[in-house]
Amino acid sequence: MTILFDGIAYGMLLFILACGLALTLGLMNFINLAHGAFAMAGGYVLVILSQQAGVPFLLCLPIAFIVPAVIGAILERTLYQHLYGRSHLDQVLFSIGIVFMAITATRYFMGSGQQIVQLPDWLQGRVEFLGTGMGVYRLFTIAICAVVAGLIQLGLSKTRFGSQLRAAVDDATVARGLGINVSLVFAVTFAVGSGLAGLGGALGAEVLGLDPNFPLSYMIYFLVVVAVGGTTTITGPFLAALILGIADVLGKYYVPSLGAFIIYTLMVLILLWRPHGLFSRAGAR
Amino acid sequence: MSATLSARRAAVPAVDRPSLVAALSRPAVPLWFEVVFWLAAVGIFFVIPDRALLLNDIAILGLFALSLDLILGYAGIVSLGHAAFFGAGAYVAGILAVNGFGWPIPGLLLGGLVAALIGFVSGFLILRGSDLTRLMITLGVSLILLELANRFDNWTGGADGLYGATMAPVLGLFDFDLYGHTAYFYSLSVLFLCVLFSRLLIASPFGQSLRAIKDNRMRAAHLGIATSRHLVGIYVVAAFMAGLAGALNAQTTQFASLDVLSFERSADILLILVLGGTGYLYGGLVGAVIFKVLQTVLSDLTPEYWQFWIGLLLVVIVLIGRDRMSERFGQLFSRRARTDGEALP
Repeated sequence: MTILFDGIAYGMLLFILACGLALTLGLMNFINLAHGAFAMAGGYVLVILSQQAGVPFLLCLPIAFIVPAVIGAILERTLYQHLYGRSHLDQVLFSIGIVFMAITATRYFMGSGQQIVQLPDWLQGRVEFLGTGMGVYRLFTIAICAVVAGLIQLGLSKTRFGSQLRAAVDDATVARGLGINVSLVFAVTFAVGSGLAGLGGALGAEVLGLDPNFPLSYMIYFLVVVAVGGTTTITGPFLAALILGIADVLGKYYVPSLGAFIIYTLMVLILLWRPHGLFSRAGAR
Repeated sequence: MSATLSARRAAVPAVDRPSLVAALSRPAVPLWFEVVFWLAAVGIFFVIPDRALLLNDIAILGLFALSLDLILGYAGIVSLGHAAFFGAGAYVAGILAVNGFGWPIPGLLLGGLVAALIGFVSGFLILRGSDLTRLMITLGVSLILLELANRFDNWTGGADGLYGATMAPVLGLFDFDLYGHTAYFYSLSVLFLCVLFSRLLIASPFGQSLRAIKDNRMRAAHLGIATSRHLVGIYVVAAFMAGLAGALNAQTTQFASLDVLSFERSADILLILVLGGTGYLYGGLVGAVIFKVLQTVLSDLTPEYWQFWIGLLLVVIVLIGRDRMSERFGQLFSRRARTDGEALP
């Protein structure tokens, strides 16, 4: 049970990290391998503020959202927007370039060691609930992620911006014709997605670990979530993230020697079965 | 302005470095730049014989990039896991050599064949789905192999790497030396044969069909081309060559470690190919030279941070536009300069 619980926490975290990528991919059809770099930025913001500057942990989290969001918005306006119409190869190359730069720049400024996040006292320890031991921090993570996921879902389905976004995803040309400022929608979405990645990176710094190689080592996980979950809905990636998180934790616990092998095999099999994702509307084609 | 541009674009349908591609499609006639290239490749050894190990690296990278060009430049498959085949070839050749089977050429071929077999199996996986699906599957296959190599560390040496390979002389004649002299000519010969083979292959009906598939897969299928068979076919050939490159690497360095399968290797080779330009066979070779020289210079300057500049280079290349760059480059090498002079955006 404890393992299952850890798996859920891990999966929720993955969802927050990856949902920005799902939006970018679904909305702009842009393969952004550099998504992890924004998550890393969030993580390092948390480390610098809470560990070195002594800012309270709870205050760090919104900042860890805002900083990557601003970086994301700037990059979107200056660089990314030129690449929307380009081939996927160009996008892959471009974002790998960004990842390399982010990794080395981080190593230059922060050192290449693993960053240690010291949680505040009230988030440490465990509680017993129905005979299951649960880490307080895991509970905290799940709570935050659930709230954020709910907000995203509400934002997408109920607000005006959400409908504009969905319209733009379905058909950008028609949406533009209807007077929706699609490039503004793109920019805002990109910024929010980057910010969410940053928040996820900050929350996950303690669970996932944080070092300059973060964007590469977790890139595959984000991509799995999006590829398996499909890009047309937000529930798809959410379920995919939960499955992935639980499977990964279970796998690591019961058959540690096989490591990530199970995940990759599962992903390949699922993609063979349904190339457009488990929950995509396009279905098996 | 844009109206005239689009009119011109309609008037000039062949945008894609037509003269060079056409020239490369005539297999019997070597172009002058090819002659110069191969003479230079041999000649450079006598200028800097003490850098033979570096030259050997370049030849191997060139072969690896050439194999990627076959699937990317000629079949339009974007792969993020091409290191899978390189690693398979490297481990097969390495494991053979460590266990007393030190003949270079049989080991090389076996490495290539095992890689081709993996290519055959995984080739069927990349036929369906979107670019993203393909990216994920190629990446997934290479990561699965990486995990397997890590798991069966009694065979592969795991994270410590595979040491203690002893190689017999090439063809029973040329012993491997410490300075990489034999290694360079060995790798260069293999590279030469592979380029020759690729050149014949792309000029063949098979190669022409591939180009049709790359341009428009559905149209090609309607023309009666067996698209799946062609795609799997070229994937196997590319896997075989990547396996050869890996085997060469293991044999000439007498070492193989987990990084032969790493994502960084797949990404690097993509960069190398793009540096030189896709779709004219020599792109990978040119890219390998540029990349290796850059890497050597940069890592002398900033040993820890040279990757930053490589990343910057990638971003700049993409922003300038790959087509525009390689088109200029293609013009330099083609026999007839293009008459309209200016590259179309």
